[in-house]
Amino acid sequence: MNASNARSTALMAPALAWLTALMVIPCGLILALGFFRRGIYGGIEYSFTLENFALLLDPLYAGIFLTSARIAGTATLIAVVIGYAAAYAIAAAPRHRQPLLLFLAVLPFWSNYLIRTYAWIVLLNREGLITQFLRMMGYEGEPPSLLYTEGAVIVGLVYNYLPFVILACYAPLSRLNPELAEASRDLGASAFTTFRRVILPMTLHGIAAGAVFVFVLSIGNFITPALLGGGRFQMIGNLIYAQFLTANDWPFGAALSMALIAIMLGLLTLQAMAAEKGAGERREVLDG
Amino acid sequence: MAERPLATRRSLAALLAAVFAFLYIPIGVLVALSFNEGGLPTAWTGFSVKWYGALLSNGDILSAAGNTLIVGAVSTLIATVLGTLLALGIETRRRKGRALEALVFAPMIIPDIVLAIALLSFFSLLKLPMGLHTIIVSHVVFNLAFVSAVVRARLKTFDWSVAEASLDLGASAFTTFRRVTLPLILPAVVAGALLAFTLSIDEFIIAFFTAGAGRSSVTLPMQIFAMIRFGVTPEINALATLVMIVSVTALTLSQRLNKGVIAP
Amino acid sequence: MTRPFLPLRTLIAGAALSLPAAPALADLVISNWDGYMAPDAVANFSAETGEPAEMVVHATNEEIMGKIIASGGEGFDVAFVSSPFAEVLNNLGLLEPIDADKVPNLANLYPEAANLSHDPGNGFSVPYAWGTTGLCYRSDLVSPEPASWNDLLHPAEAQAGKVTLLGTDRWLLAAGFLAHGYSVNETDQAKLDEVTADLIAAKKTMLAFDDTTFYSKLVSGEATLVHAWDGWCNYGIAENPDIKFVVPSEGSDLWVDTMVVLKASDNKDGAFKFINYILDAANHRWAAENILYKVPNQAAMDGLSPDLIAQFPNMGMTPADLLKLEQLRDVGDATRAYAKAVSAIKAAN
Repeated sequence: MNASNARSTALMAPALAWLTALMVIPCGLILALGFFRRGIYGGIEYSFTLENFALLLDPLYAGIFLTSARIAGTATLIAVVIGYAAAYAIAAAPRHRQPLLLFLAVLPFWSNYLIRTYAWIVLLNREGLITQFLRMMGYEGEPPSLLYTEGAVIVGLVYNYLPFVILACYAPLSRLNPELAEASRDLGASAFTTFRRVILPMTLHGIAAGAVFVFVLSIGNFITPALLGGGRFQMIGNLIYAQFLTANDWPFGAALSMALIAIMLGLLTLQAMAAEKGAGERREVLDG
Repeated sequence: MAERPLATRRSLAALLAAVFAFLYIPIGVLVALSFNEGGLPTAWTGFSVKWYGALLSNGDILSAAGNTLIVGAVSTLIATVLGTLLALGIETRRRKGRALEALVFAPMIIPDIVLAIALLSFFSLLKLPMGLHTIIVSHVVFNLAFVSAVVRARLKTFDWSVAEASLDLGASAFTTFRRVTLPLILPAVVAGALLAFTLSIDEFIIAFFTAGAGRSSVTLPMQIFAMIRFGVTPEINALATLVMIVSVTALTLSQRLNKGVIAP
Repeated sequence: MTRPFLPLRTLIAGAALSLPAAPALADLVISNWDGYMAPDAVANFSAETGEPAEMVVHATNEEIMGKIIASGGEGFDVAFVSSPFAEVLNNLGLLEPIDADKVPNLANLYPEAANLSHDPGNGFSVPYAWGTTGLCYRSDLVSPEPASWNDLLHPAEAQAGKVTLLGTDRWLLAAGFLAHGYSVNETDQAKLDEVTADLIAAKKTMLAFDDTTFYSKLVSGEATLVHAWDGWCNYGIAENPDIKFVVPSEGSDLWVDTMVVLKASDNKDGAFKFINYILDAANHRWAAENILYKVPNQAAMDGLSPDLIAQFPNMGMTPADLLKLEQLRDVGDATRAYAKAVSAIKAAN
């Protein structure tokens, strides 16, 4: 047994060494940076302080965390509703067509993120395609600026991350035993009750996985708010970016990064709990 | 699922069509515009491939594309070897600790901006000159995690008794790996590699922060970002179309080789 | 047990070795704003001097500052930055003093440009272009014509939602300071707070913050009135003669974009040669004609075609006109307060 474990360790060693050198140590460094002071011309003064973490509670920065959470939360909610419905529709399609439909749903996810975001600039700007289309349909008023709005940022986030939600929700939906839903209906439950009491609990962990993914990626995003929000919206990602490139305040940027990682870890823990609870409920439904 | 009433099936199909329209119209618009003579989204002035010509004679874009291929290929190669070994190591292990699982999972979920900044701080603290090589070693971090995830999924259904039989018959561990284990997991390894390649050639934030000074470390996504920042130029549409074709081809191959790989 | 894995380890080592090493720094690396130099300038320089050189681009001062500070300037030879940022780089000890003997063409500069307040005598920076910031607008769509910073920050109904502001810290805040009659280098926190509140109010009528594409927004009609550098407004004028530039009545800033040589450069002679090449009268004039920005080079500007000045009136501003404006300077530790103010402006709803 020891020999086998030694071999396993040897196999893992190069990758773990790589991750340690280029992820664990750099992230540890960032954590450490958060406890130092910023030098007068930027740079780092090596004296211990907690002020960078205290600054996170400043109403301005705390407010930016809340705004980010609101924008990311809205995007997550929309992506989950649309994504779950799409996954449900795919799972309801004839079995032989499902792989293709799923593949098509996920395909756009793998084209370049910047390009997918750029496409929305082309569509949404005041003189963009949507305005052109409205004019073609006979609209003559002042064209709306759809770009540079919170809505544009949310659409961009939903668009970019929707395929993942579809994927995450499809897995449990496709494994759902149709007899369960039938049994529920046979017992007199309405379609809605069946959905709420049977289908939803059994697929909750898929929703949780998709939701956490969208939320985490959205809240740390800085490109979409910059390109589709016209800089009008400051999210945590933008704030971190600004500390490193504009304010030249690396210690505070480090503290912000750590806060972001803490949020991410918290959500992943919640999701793991949801997954375990979901597994329990699935057993209950099946056994009970 | 059980047969549904026609009305339900129709509304589900309509819903799916709407979602696909949402997903594909923006991309489709760029592809269509890339063939628009005038180049601007304001009017269709005729079919033309001139923007592709303009693209192919733009030295900056070509050198960025070359750099991207180098980054993609080298980081994929390293990540494939490391990630496959990692997967083999984890799956042959008796007990997998939570810490190990978390460490291997982390690169897939850590916000890009955080990893990018951590690496930038790390390299600058070490006074390591940055360039294509720093982008490559940084890309290996997340690429190896994805490769190992794909290979591990395959190994979960792997029949280890085959490998044991080979060892019992006197084959060395290496021969067993080369003749028995590797051929069986090869589709997953290649699929993982293609996935890593796709991720690497599209990655922007980490590359942006860990790149060096000169044009020699400008990758295609960095070039695209610069072009987008400076406004709407029709070449971007042509570039977008070509980049999508490459990504989609790699992904399709990967999917063919190993069903289900698109799940990260 | 380890023997079987040796070949794999060799493979990994091989892969590691095959990593491209740090690029050979034979090329002179020059970082400049995109489109801020004649497109053939670098190639012509190399052809003329035999120094291989390449240009990389940055979108904003902040971007190149981040890169230089992170790398200690490693890899760059010449960087183009606005003067307050050159001051910071100099204070950080990252700049090589300008060796005047190696840059004889410094003599071509206007006397005013050789004695700017940020660096009298060109000790660590050489001015490349200078100008001011003002309002760039579609005269066919905006009436009455704008004349004050308040016309930008609090535009008439018809312009609401069709206005863009520069989004980088110094220029965004300068618009606010100027509207209130304060110095563009104001460091008083109470005044900064007052201006921050005003700029937050200005967001209601603003389309977007834009530092790179505002002139194309004017051309397309997406915006009608934008906060712009004089030279970039000229890009719009070139495409649509209805576009005009005005320096608001409250005055404006004098910005100076400079060339600096990094201490970390391993080819400082080449870097000075490049600066000297740019300062050559014909080359610098060629730059001005291409980028439509004023250059602080008397020999170059004297030969500028009157037609160009007729088409782009702000090209005709003289050093005396410019020096009436207040030069942007490094604000030291207030940089952090500026960054926080801009975060507050951008985060406000």
